[in-house]
Amino acid sequence: MKNPDRFWNPYLAGVALGVVLLSTHVVMGHGLGAASASFRVGVAALKAVVPEHVQAVPGLASVVETRPALDNWIVFEVLGVVLGGALGALSAGRSGREVLKGATFGSGRRIALATAGGVMMGFAARLARGCTSGQALSGGAVMSVGAWAFMLSVFAGGYAVAILVRRQWR
Amino acid sequence: MNSLFPFESLGDAHRTLGLGLAVLFGLGFGFVLERAGFGRAQKLVGQFYGSDMTVLKVMFTAIVTAMIGAVILSGAGLLDLEVVQLKYPTYLWPMIAGGLLLGAGFVVAGYCPGTSVVAAASGKLDGLATVGGVMLGSLAYAELEPAMGAFPNSGRLGVFTLPQWLHLPAALVVIVVAAIAAAAFLGATWIERRLAARQLAAEAPAARTRSGAGH
Repeated sequence: MKNPDRFWNPYLAGVALGVVLLSTHVVMGHGLGAASASFRVGVAALKAVVPEHVQAVPGLASVVETRPALDNWIVFEVLGVVLGGALGALSAGRSGREVLKGATFGSGRRIALATAGGVMMGFAARLARGCTSGQALSGGAVMSVGAWAFMLSVFAGGYAVAILVRRQWR
Repeated sequence: MNSLFPFESLGDAHRTLGLGLAVLFGLGFGFVLERAGFGRAQKLVGQFYGSDMTVLKVMFTAIVTAMIGAVILSGAGLLDLEVVQLKYPTYLWPMIAGGLLLGAGFVVAGYCPGTSVVAAASGKLDGLATVGGVMLGSLAYAELEPAMGAFPNSGRLGVFTLPQWLHLPAALVVIVVAAIAAAAFLGATWIERRLAARQLAAEAPAARTRSGAGH
């Protein structure tokens, strides 16, 4: 019987993740990423609705300068993450429509926090030129000082506010 | 040698192959994240409550593994590490500020951007909400960036690596990082055990009362 609460040993999972990351560095010349793909999907949507606005904002226009926003390596990589995540969850019996939260916390409030946290991270990842995948993991592995400063700050920021949002897991 | 797929300068046929490879690398990435337990918010945020240090263990093992590989392959001439490092320049202040904000967002959301994609792919609606939030936040950044003046480019140190900063050879830096990681793993496991023992002690009297009521 499959046990959905059984995960890989963290050190073995880490070695596997390191091998995927190193292969990406060797073959593609750069590491993995995540947040930029969401950004590009958003820019593509904006471009479809308000193209003049996209051209007027430098941070948006730069993404569609040479090619369409979605015609980019990271968009395809994250498409792969969706497939890989779905494959992993399905084969481990962990797939299913649900809201992950504590037993006494409301679903609506949990979705609100999940969205708010996402907004904070989307903003932060653009400011820091990468997220936990694209900066901390990928830049950290090639020994970038900025990536390490970012990573340590992520842990510091997380520990600083953890107590404030603990209720959502109770 | 640059990389097998110097993406920006590729012709169309190679570019298509590169995009296909991107899907494959992403697939491996997503699958490993899921199997590590990172599609589950509780497992991720456990890191910040001391109850489950899987994030630290997986992340630092991955970084040390990739670092060792990068230094060895670079020594063997199979990887031009300096070219990869060009992609990761340091802008110290926005990276520290961004890191603090991203860490706070991580705990509020229960996911980081990458793991929220994995959670969404396995049907978790809170993960999907986070993916949407990341999109909104990144668009908001583009809108607000002009108002932030010089801050996003402050603390600019260019390509600045740990070996340059510490004035140590790369191989030695890898050994030091691996040793720090190993010490952190021991500390993390110790904290996990202590908290689990405390939890058990707190629950034990209640459990005795419940079983006692049956007699």
